[in-house]
Amino acid sequence: MSKLVYLVPLFPLIGFLINGLGRKSLSKSLIGIIGSGAILASFVVSLVLFFDVKAHGGSVVSYFNFIDVESFKIAFAFQVDQLSSLFLLIITGIGFLIHLYSTSYMHEEEPQHFGRYFAYLNLFVFSMLLLVLGANYVIMFIGWEGVGLCSYLLIGYWFKNENYNYAAKKAFVMNRIGDLGFLLAVFWIITRLGTTNYADVFANAAHLSKFDATVITTLLFVGAMGKSAQIPLYTWLPDAMAGPTPVSALIHAATMVTAGIYMIARSNALYSLAPFTQHLVAIIGLATALFAATIAIKQNDIKKVLAYSTVSQLGYMFLGLGVGAYTGAVFHVMTHAFFKALLFLGAGSVIHAMHHEQDIRMMGGLKKKLPITHITFLLGCLAIAGIPPFSGFFSKDEILAAAYAESPIYWGVGVVTAGLTAFYMFRLYATTFLGQFRGTHEQEHHLHESPSAMTIPLVVLAILSVLGGMVGVPEILGGHHELHHFLSPILTTEHEHHIEHNVEFGLMAASVILAALAIAFAIGRYSKKPELNDANGFGKVLANKWYIDELYDAIVVRPLNAIATFLKNIIEKSGIDGIVNGVGKLVNYSSRQLRLLQSGLVGNYILIMVLGIVVFILIWFYDTTILRMIGKIF
Amino acid sequence: MVPVLLILLPLITGLVSFFMKGENGGKAWALASSILTLLVALGGIFLYNQPAHLTYDTSWLTSVGSRFSVGMDGMGKMLCLLTAVSFPIIFLATSKNNYKDSGSFYALMLLTQAGLTGVFVATDCLLFYFFWELALIPVYFLCSKWGGEKRIAVTFKFFIYTFIGSLLMLVGILYLYFQTPAHSFAIKDFYALQLSSEQQNCIFWLMFIAFAIKMPIFPFHTWQPDAYEQSPTATTMVLSGIMVKMGIFAVVRWLVPIFPEATKYYSHFIVVLSVIGMIYASLIAIKQDDIKRLIAYSSIAHIGLMAAAIFAGNAIGLKGVMVQMFNHGINVIGLWIVANAIEQQLGTRKFSELGGLAQKAPTLAILLVIMAFANIALPLTNAFVGEFLMFNGLFQFNVYVTAVAGISIILGAVYTLNMVQKIFYGNTVIATENAKEISGNVQLALVVLTVMIIVLGVYPQPLINLTNDTVKAIISVH
Amino acid sequence: MPIQYYIYLALALFSIGIIGVLVRRNAIIVFMCIELMLNAVNLLLVAFSKMHHGVAYATDKASTVGIDGQLFVFFIMVVAAAEVSVGLAIIVMLYRNTHSVDVNFLNRLKN
Repeated sequence: MSKLVYLVPLFPLIGFLINGLGRKSLSKSLIGIIGSGAILASFVVSLVLFFDVKAHGGSVVSYFNFIDVESFKIAFAFQVDQLSSLFLLIITGIGFLIHLYSTSYMHEEEPQHFGRYFAYLNLFVFSMLLLVLGANYVIMFIGWEGVGLCSYLLIGYWFKNENYNYAAKKAFVMNRIGDLGFLLAVFWIITRLGTTNYADVFANAAHLSKFDATVITTLLFVGAMGKSAQIPLYTWLPDAMAGPTPVSALIHAATMVTAGIYMIARSNALYSLAPFTQHLVAIIGLATALFAATIAIKQNDIKKVLAYSTVSQLGYMFLGLGVGAYTGAVFHVMTHAFFKALLFLGAGSVIHAMHHEQDIRMMGGLKKKLPITHITFLLGCLAIAGIPPFSGFFSKDEILAAAYAESPIYWGVGVVTAGLTAFYMFRLYATTFLGQFRGTHEQEHHLHESPSAMTIPLVVLAILSVLGGMVGVPEILGGHHELHHFLSPILTTEHEHHIEHNVEFGLMAASVILAALAIAFAIGRYSKKPELNDANGFGKVLANKWYIDELYDAIVVRPLNAIATFLKNIIEKSGIDGIVNGVGKLVNYSSRQLRLLQSGLVGNYILIMVLGIVVFILIWFYDTTILRMIGKIF
Repeated sequence: MVPVLLILLPLITGLVSFFMKGENGGKAWALASSILTLLVALGGIFLYNQPAHLTYDTSWLTSVGSRFSVGMDGMGKMLCLLTAVSFPIIFLATSKNNYKDSGSFYALMLLTQAGLTGVFVATDCLLFYFFWELALIPVYFLCSKWGGEKRIAVTFKFFIYTFIGSLLMLVGILYLYFQTPAHSFAIKDFYALQLSSEQQNCIFWLMFIAFAIKMPIFPFHTWQPDAYEQSPTATTMVLSGIMVKMGIFAVVRWLVPIFPEATKYYSHFIVVLSVIGMIYASLIAIKQDDIKRLIAYSSIAHIGLMAAAIFAGNAIGLKGVMVQMFNHGINVIGLWIVANAIEQQLGTRKFSELGGLAQKAPTLAILLVIMAFANIALPLTNAFVGEFLMFNGLFQFNVYVTAVAGISIILGAVYTLNMVQKIFYGNTVIATENAKEISGNVQLALVVLTVMIIVLGVYPQPLINLTNDTVKAIISVH
Repeated sequence: MPIQYYIYLALALFSIGIIGVLVRRNAIIVFMCIELMLNAVNLLLVAFSKMHHGVAYATDKASTVGIDGQLFVFFIMVVAAAEVSVGLAIIVMLYRNTHSVDVNFLNRLKN
């Protein structure tokens, strides 16, 4: 069965080629059908594979040798196992819904650009599938860079806008910083173990010294920081909202940004050997979660709020990874993919209805005009806020419980963040959907619910957001945590701590109560009287994202530019080229001076001749004396 | 016989081309000649590749003991293939450029091709030197007669640089010649030399500086951006696509195996120098406002990596260098073709005067984006394989150096995306207001290159295997 | 008479000649100074010839050692005579053309 795995990435690739090459000749509906159909086909194959894996376990399918030099071999091989098949379902499933949504959302584009859009989107899914399916780190890296490329192309999809281009470039360059870490980790693995195959690496991981394991995992984590937008490499993600909204939903919420979590979960055997890195991952994750949540409170762009929320949720996942709750992290990836895709698509629906207005201060009261969007959005907000029995509750709770077992401080910060999350999400909800409409009359006149191609994905995702948690109901709530059992062959559980049931109940209750209070406060405060003025005081710092972009500009970008200018103008032009040209000028100058000796005066010539003879005679007779004198001088 | 054919074909057709008059004299002739050469090269490398076909030896300068002996090992095959593939593409892509006295122009181009092929196949050191100069001299004329505004000064600089290098190399070659027991220039006699450490350490530098200027590696590089900028684009393509490979080739063929001790002794120094050059060139590339100069500095950065990987002295790095020699040639020619297409059509190469071209010429934009991402070694493009192997080799040599060199990956993304953004994105400006899509010839050339980029990026194994024998031979000397 | 005296005399003559060539501008005097130098050399040649011959003659009456020095002197005298005639002829022509025998005046030849 797993022989079929090549079909999964093949369909999107074919879709990419058809849409990319035929974008000028195909009609829009055909492009949409090809683009979405390719992903649907992949989804079907993924489903087949998933149940196959569930029944018979995973396997590795090798196609050809990608790189084969004597000291090591890198096969172009796919690994289908519990972890990758789960990700396949998420990617192709949500991918399909978002493709479907895009056919309607992007229908105003010219056919040529419409084709380009779907080609990029297909290419993205192809790269993402490579990333997940690869049976070694190099294939993963291929997908890793591939999704970076597609992210770049899609963020800069509306390429006429310079700011969007800068955002795209920023995303790519920041990702590349992480990629360098990833690449160095791969080299380190090759040097120490002579292979990059997951199976061989993890089997031999015990041979690694503690130092090696720590360095490798840290470098891999640097890669994850770039891709999954963690401190200090997170600033690209909010800017990436320049792309079309479905792209934000697919790439910058549901799939690509979780690649880092996938990578660390995949390498859990290595991370278990490096407690230092685990602490690092947990602390960075937690810091990012809190930090991004504080920024989200004061954002007024509907997509920016969701972007910071994504960064924050990703931080949660890293917290889970850092405290050894790999299953919890993957679980949260899944539920987050559901509800965050839902929220982004809902936001897209709102933006669509509002004619590309993204500022929530211009909205309000959309509840009546957009009933389906409103309901699904509300469900998404409840899921992300961690209200039982929505999906987010179970995954978030699992991470928090594991964090408590590691250290109550982790738990404390995590719960505060959860409260903030509930608060800013419902601030967003209340400002957008409740109260009175604050936009122009024209906008109000045109307000309409989105077409069914957009609402169907919303409904499907809403159902998933509500019920998605059921696969991981913990035992204390009477569940079996089927996801845990499913993933147990891949994810080590040896580091999972267990806490007493009544403590766990207490923790759950605390976080739910906090979230409920935050929701009540947010709705109470913003439904009637939303904040319309620009923030001041501390709020201004938050609204300006703690001035981190300005800080990076001052400590990285500008010095780099200054150095580059210095090298170009001073070192290169005056320095090295100056020396080279200087040699030429010296020859020129000295020849001009020497020319003057030829005065044409016979007397001068003779004088020089005579002096020359005298010198020669002196040297001839007194050579030893002269040599001694020179010896004394030096 | 194959190598002799590969040299003679362009040589003879080139000489004939001198007598072709008229506005486009020699244009079609040169294209036909280069395609024929390509066919011969393909045949020789893939069909008639027995040793008897690939070597040839006859007496040449008997009085000094130099023979006309040529032969192709893996590296020779690969670079001959690169030369043979590049020239038709270059002629095709620049077929819309008009050169005054074009018969002579194409004649000189073909002579360069003959010289380059000779360099890659010569197994006699004096013959190697002869071809080295044969490849360079036409370039001086090409640049000084058909170049840009500052061509005379630039050619002069280029000439002095390379000529100093050549002379140093000649001294080194003669010294080695007198050391051989039988007074011969044959490569096997050179390889068999047992030189003392002092001899190695001195002569090494004579040869190395010659090759370092040609590559070029920091700080011998300042001729290069000027020469690339001022030369006619077809010549620039030859210069950066193939001719810089001459320097790398020569290090692998004529330096490392002859001076193994000195190579090891100076390896740290040279690796560090190369890595400094990489970062330095990348930083300068960020600040360039001219497509040609940007590509030139980007090329210096890439060459720095290759030089570092050679001196890392391990098989992986060396394999990467081999693969990358071919791939860099293809990629950089692709970039030049785009630069040329833009300059021919819009009359400017300055970023500050360009923008929004993607709206007017989407095909060109897509092809450039592919070339640009190949230039920064995105996986599944050909350059990734080479860079991956080279960085890997460098990593085994020294971790910290690799980490520093890795910064160039990031900087590479910065300047390449800058270029893409400033030329193609944003709104149209005066220069690009009436821009049109590129012509069919250019598209064909770029598509051929794109196919090669993707195919070699997805399935690079044949290219890796092609040079196995060379790498094995070099590493066994180490 | 010891050989030193000849050497000192020749040195003195030669130095006078050099200084004369360097400082005088009159072509004829420069010419005479050149002659002076030539004769200084002649004097040395003759003196050393005599000395060497004298030493050899003491043991072997048929010895010809040293006579080549005197031969050279004759050569030099002949060459000098030829030179003087050519040189004076040039000077005379010069005088006719420029009414001057100043050597520095002749640097116009360089153009």
